[in-house]
Amino acid sequence: MKNRITELFSKKKDNLLNVYYTAGYPKLNDTIVIAKALEAGGADLIEIGIPFSDPVADGPTIQASNKVAIDNGMNVSLLLAQVRTIRKDVKIPIILMGYLNPVMQYGVEKFVKDASAAGVDGLILPDMPIHVYEEEFKELFHQHNLCNTFLISPTTSEERIRKIDHATHGFIYAVSSSSITGAKGEFTQGQLDYFKRLKDLKLNNPFMIGFGISNNASFKKAAAYSAGAIVGSAFITLLGEAKDLDSEIQAFVKSLKG
Amino acid sequence: MSKYTVDERGYYGQFGGAYIPEMLYPNVEELRQNYLSIIESADFKKEFDLLLRTYVGRPTPLYFANRLSEKYKTKIYLKREDLCHTGAHKVNNTIGQILLAKRLGKQKIIAETGAGQHGVATATVCALMGMECIVYMGKVDMERQKPNVERMRILGTKVVPALSGSMTLKDATNEAMRHWINNPTDTHYIIGSVVGPHPYPDMVARFQSVISAEIKSQLQSEIGNPFPDYVFACVGGGSNAAGAFYHYLNDEHVTLVGVEAAGKGVDSGESAATTALGKIGVLHGSKMLLMQTLDGQVVEPHSISAGLDYPGIGPMHAHLFDVGRVKFVSATDDESMNAGIELSRHEGIIPAIESAHALAALKQFEFAEDDVVVVNLSGRGDKDLETYIRWGKY
Repeated sequence: MKNRITELFSKKKDNLLNVYYTAGYPKLNDTIVIAKALEAGGADLIEIGIPFSDPVADGPTIQASNKVAIDNGMNVSLLLAQVRTIRKDVKIPIILMGYLNPVMQYGVEKFVKDASAAGVDGLILPDMPIHVYEEEFKELFHQHNLCNTFLISPTTSEERIRKIDHATHGFIYAVSSSSITGAKGEFTQGQLDYFKRLKDLKLNNPFMIGFGISNNASFKKAAAYSAGAIVGSAFITLLGEAKDLDSEIQAFVKSLKG
Repeated sequence: MSKYTVDERGYYGQFGGAYIPEMLYPNVEELRQNYLSIIESADFKKEFDLLLRTYVGRPTPLYFANRLSEKYKTKIYLKREDLCHTGAHKVNNTIGQILLAKRLGKQKIIAETGAGQHGVATATVCALMGMECIVYMGKVDMERQKPNVERMRILGTKVVPALSGSMTLKDATNEAMRHWINNPTDTHYIIGSVVGPHPYPDMVARFQSVISAEIKSQLQSEIGNPFPDYVFACVGGGSNAAGAFYHYLNDEHVTLVGVEAAGKGVDSGESAATTALGKIGVLHGSKMLLMQTLDGQVVEPHSISAGLDYPGIGPMHAHLFDVGRVKFVSATDDESMNAGIELSRHEGIIPAIESAHALAALKQFEFAEDDVVVVNLSGRGDKDLETYIRWGKY
């Protein structure tokens, strides 16, 4: 079975840009417009966040967008309907990222099945333990042709990175620093050493670097060690301020990739 | 190993586990690998026991409440956790965790607090050990509980307002977790209740289990039998109840009663009665019973008692509810305030409003005259004076 994520990584190994945004933000139906503009601007993957009331791994920017989206009425069913609409036009891989609780309440099995049918290619559930995935859901993900991405951070041991690599299908999400999400300044030498260490591990899965990527300079630096990078908070800030979503998003993506 | 305590993978039946983002994994795993060997070591036990005795003031009395017993036509004993240093049972846990943190080589402590009792208990032990301390507290709670904010500051703790979400206990917990993600190596997070990722619920329950260990030996010497007929305790996150129930879990003839806050009524929309209103869900790192919308967004609870104002109950209690080992009931704001006044007038003890919930539930039971009923009086009412005054019906 073909999967847009594995196909992408088999063809293109570097400088990939994955852009995160929160579903239903700034307006409920902007999810669709944003996806189209990202593809038109040249993004390689789209990561759509399922809003949650208590996003513990996220900094203030993404937290605030989650709250607005929930107040706008966003939920899992509505998001899946939007993805079906997006898929009529958009060809690049779509990943859904979300904390486990809203997915659990929708029903994990039903979620995997419906997401796949809507045209989703992969999931990131950052608070799902590896053993739960392997024992309860791995088979289900495979059956519905969904990739699964786990996170690693600078404090993750090599032994555990290998374990995560084994459980991952698609790509690994390498968090750039011991922190929550949010734009930060330049990468430190320590971070660059960590990226190099990851590269030298020669993992089975490609990895993308996220957290703290906000412009062309940080994108290029991260992409030098990895398959590419993930931009989140900086993009959410843009969405919050944009007057014309379509043109400003396209310009943002172009400036990031340089 | 009991069927009611945690299994080797960190679960209580279908509840528990460690549902955390990878950035927290090394911290939680370090704790998981070390907590049992540390707290079972002779050196830890010696220091823990000494501090509980000479600093906290343990054992706390088990007091036969004569006039209250007459009124309810049964034998009521109060376990006086309100007499602990800092005014509540919370300090049992913070003493245990700070001794553990020292042995893990941590230099800094963070904590969350709702009403401020756990924050004060944490600030206290940090002053005692000379450790740097930051407490996260919802901005709304900081305004409601000013004296406790100042107590923490006097003790040298930095109190940081949680400005996200509803700006109450659950948001303070989120902020503390975020702080821990940002400071993964030198900091220990002292969680205040039997919630959070494994091993926290088990660890906190073990530190609080001194309560039921003492009840057992005190009843033995008092009435020649360590087993009461009932143990009552209020449940917010569930730490004082976990401690009061712990050593009776396998003694099925002891009826254990957890009392939740019904707020303005279980069906009023302003309640914290999780077992009645909640569903299984994941928050703050474990599978628990959680008050939430159909979409899985966490609902803001209500209780007149800030200490019971939490949208879930920890995994151990969720399991005890699920298998029917603990009977869960609830008491409204009004019933609890009345029970607080009743205890004040009958025994000369003004209880914390949390503990008043446990007392309020006595009315829902019919006791035999020779039944032995233990109520865990988890805290004293000093911190609640303003709430008593505002309520005014005395």
